[in-house]
Amino acid sequence: MSIFTDTATDAVTDPAVDTAAASGGSSGDHDPRTPRRADAPTPVVRDGHLGVLYFAARDSWTVTKRNLRHYLRQPRLLVFSTIQPVMFVVLFSAVFGGIAGQALPEGTSYLAFLLPGLFIHSAAFRSVQTAVGLAEDLERGVVDRFRSLPMSRSAVLAGRTFADLVRSLSVLVLMVVVGYALGFRFTEGPWSALGAVAIVGLFGYLMSWLFPYLALLVPGAEAAQTAGFVLIFPLVFASSVFVPPETMPDWMATFATMSPLTHAADAARALSIGGEVAGPVLRTLAWSFGLLAVVIPLSVRRYRRMT
Amino acid sequence: MSHDPAVRVRGVRKRFGTTDALTGVDLEVAEGEVVGLLGPNGAGKTTLVRVLATLLPPDEGQATIFGRDVVRDAPEVRRLIGLTGQYAAVDELLTGRENLKMFGELFHLTGRDARRRAGELLERFDLADAGDRPARTYSGGMRRRLDLASSLLVRPRLLFLDEPTTGLDPRSRNAIWEVTRELVAEGTPLLLTTQYLEEADQLADRIAVIDHGDIIAEGTGDELKDRVGGQVVDILLAEDGDGDRAQAAIPGAERTGDPRRIRVPVPAEDALAELSRIAATLQASGLYVRDIGLRRPTLDDVFLELTQQAPPTAQEAA
Ligand SMILES: Nc1ncnc2c1ncn2[C@@H]1O[C@H](COP(=O)(O)OP(=O)(O)O)[C@@H](O)[C@H]1O
Ligand SMILES: [Mg+2]
Repeated sequence: MSIFTDTATDAVTDPAVDTAAASGGSSGDHDPRTPRRADAPTPVVRDGHLGVLYFAARDSWTVTKRNLRHYLRQPRLLVFSTIQPVMFVVLFSAVFGGIAGQALPEGTSYLAFLLPGLFIHSAAFRSVQTAVGLAEDLERGVVDRFRSLPMSRSAVLAGRTFADLVRSLSVLVLMVVVGYALGFRFTEGPWSALGAVAIVGLFGYLMSWLFPYLALLVPGAEAAQTAGFVLIFPLVFASSVFVPPETMPDWMATFATMSPLTHAADAARALSIGGEVAGPVLRTLAWSFGLLAVVIPLSVRRYRRMT
Repeated sequence: MSHDPAVRVRGVRKRFGTTDALTGVDLEVAEGEVVGLLGPNGAGKTTLVRVLATLLPPDEGQATIFGRDVVRDAPEVRRLIGLTGQYAAVDELLTGRENLKMFGELFHLTGRDARRRAGELLERFDLADAGDRPARTYSGGMRRRLDLASSLLVRPRLLFLDEPTTGLDPRSRNAIWEVTRELVAEGTPLLLTTQYLEEADQLADRIAVIDHGDIIAEGTGDELKDRVGGQVVDILLAEDGDGDRAQAAIPGAERTGDPRRIRVPVPAEDALAELSRIAATLQASGLYVRDIGLRRPTLDDVFLELTQQAPPTAQEAA
C-alpha cells in the first residue's frame, strides 16, 4: 500500500511527465512529479478576512478539544483541581465564618459572602495553571509541529484559554452545588445568578490570558508557576474575595478597593446575594475587555516570535 | 513559480549567544531532488532545518521555499512543507489516531478527511494495533513513525526529515528507510539530515556536507569521492597503541574512528610506489600490520578529510 494513494506511482514513472519536469516544461504552479490525485485529501480553502476568522475559530476549537482531553487523561490533576475548590468552600466557611462573620452586615452569613468571592479566587488560581500548562506545552516538541503547520497563530493560546474556561465553569457549578448543600442560596433570581456565572467566566477568561502572558515571558514551567503564585497571592488576598476591604489596614484597603479582583468579587456577590450591581459590574466589564484588548494581541505577538 | 527551486538558501547566519550555529550557508535543492545534509553532531543541521521550516528566523541572509521567503511568506511556506523534526513532536497524552486526526484538522482537512487519513496512515505505518493507545506508551521507533506520519496528512511539496533514524535500533531504522524510499519513489522531494554516511548514500541523490555551520562540500557520493582524489592506503595495525607510532612514522597519515586503523591519502599516479614506501617504513619501525591495502576513497574518507573527524556509524548510536 502506498503512502498517498494506491494508484500513486503510475504518474511518477510516466516518461512524459518526467520529460516535462526535466525540460522545465511549464505546468503551472504545480510540481509535475506530484500530480494531484483524486484521493489525496486536499485542505479546505477559505480566502479573505472571513477565511482567517473561520480558521482561527476552527483551529482554536481543535486545540481546545486537545486540551480538554489532556485534563481527562490526567486523573490526578483532575481530581485535585476539583477537590481543592470544594475543600476551600468547606474549610474557609467553617474556619473563618466565626470571626469574619462579625465584620459583615446583619443577616449576611459568611458562607453567602464567601462563595462568590471563592468563584473569583478559584478562577484566579486556575489562571496560574493555565500559564503552567502553556509553559509545559512550550517545552514539549508538539508545539514545534504546531508552529510548522499552516494553522492559525492564535489557536494554541486561544485553545488553551477556552479549555480552561470550560473547566472553570464546571468547577464553578460544583462549588455552587457544595455551597447549596451547606446552606448557600442565590437570592436575586435565576437571571442574576446566571449573570454572576457570566461575570466570573469573563473575569476568569481575562485572568487566563494575563498569566499565560507571563509564561511567554519567563522560561520554563517552574518559573511560570513561581511568578504566577507570587503575583496571585497578594492580588487575591488584598481584595474583597475573603473579607470586606474596610477591615484591612489603610494601605491595603486602598489597594484592595481599587483592585479589579474586588470589582469582580463585588459584582459576583451582588448578583448572587444582593447589593449594588451596576457599579461593580461595569467596572469588571471595563477591566476585562480593556485588558483583554491589550493582552491578547501582546500574547499572540509574543508567541509568534518565540523560537 | 515552477522555476523556483524547492529550496534556495543564501548567506544564512544564525547565532545563539556566543555559538555560531550557521555561518553563511548557501544551498539549493532543485524540485524533485532528494538532498542529504550530512554532518557531525552540532554541525548546524537542525538549526538549518528549523530556519527552512519557518521555526527560527535567520539573523542574516535569505531562505526561500519554492520562491517564498521563510520569514516574510511564512504562512505560505507552511502550506508547502512537511516537517519531521529530530525529536518526535507528537502529543504524548493523545492516542496515535487522535494525534493524526488533530494534525489533519490543523492542516485544514475536513473532519471526515482527517479521520479517514488518520486511519490510512496508521495502517500504512504499522501502527493500527497501537492506534488507540496514548503515544506516551509507544516505543522510540513507533513514535518516530507516528511523527513521520504526522507530516504526511496532506502531500507536502517538500518534506524535511531531521535525523530521522538517530538513536533508533536497526529494525526501526530499516522501517523508516523503507518508508522514506517509498516517499521518494512517489515523487516527494526531500531534504534529509543525517550523521550517517550510509543513510545519505542510500537515500539521497545529492549530498551536502555541513560542518561548523557551513556547507563544506556538495555533490553526488561519487563526486565527493573524486574530490578527495587519488587513492587511500588503508592500514590495520595489531595493537591499539600502535596508531600513534604509525602516524608519527608516516607523513600524511590520518587517524580514523578505529584506534588501530590508519589511512594515508596518496596521489593516484604513484599509489603503488607510495604503498611500498609505507610498507617499508612500517617494517623498519617494527610495527605489526594485520592488513594493508590500496583502495578508492569511501564516503568515510570524504567525511574524515572534510571534517577532520571520524563519522559515527548507525550501529554505534543505536
Ligand atoms: N536553542 C539553542 N540555543 C543555544 N545553542 C543552540 C541552540 N540550538 C542549537 N544550538 C547550538 O548550535 C550548534 C548547532 O546545533 P544543531 O543545529 O542542533 O546541530 P546538529 O543538528 O547538526 O547536531 C550547536 O553548537 C548547538 O549547541
Ligand atoms: Mg540535530
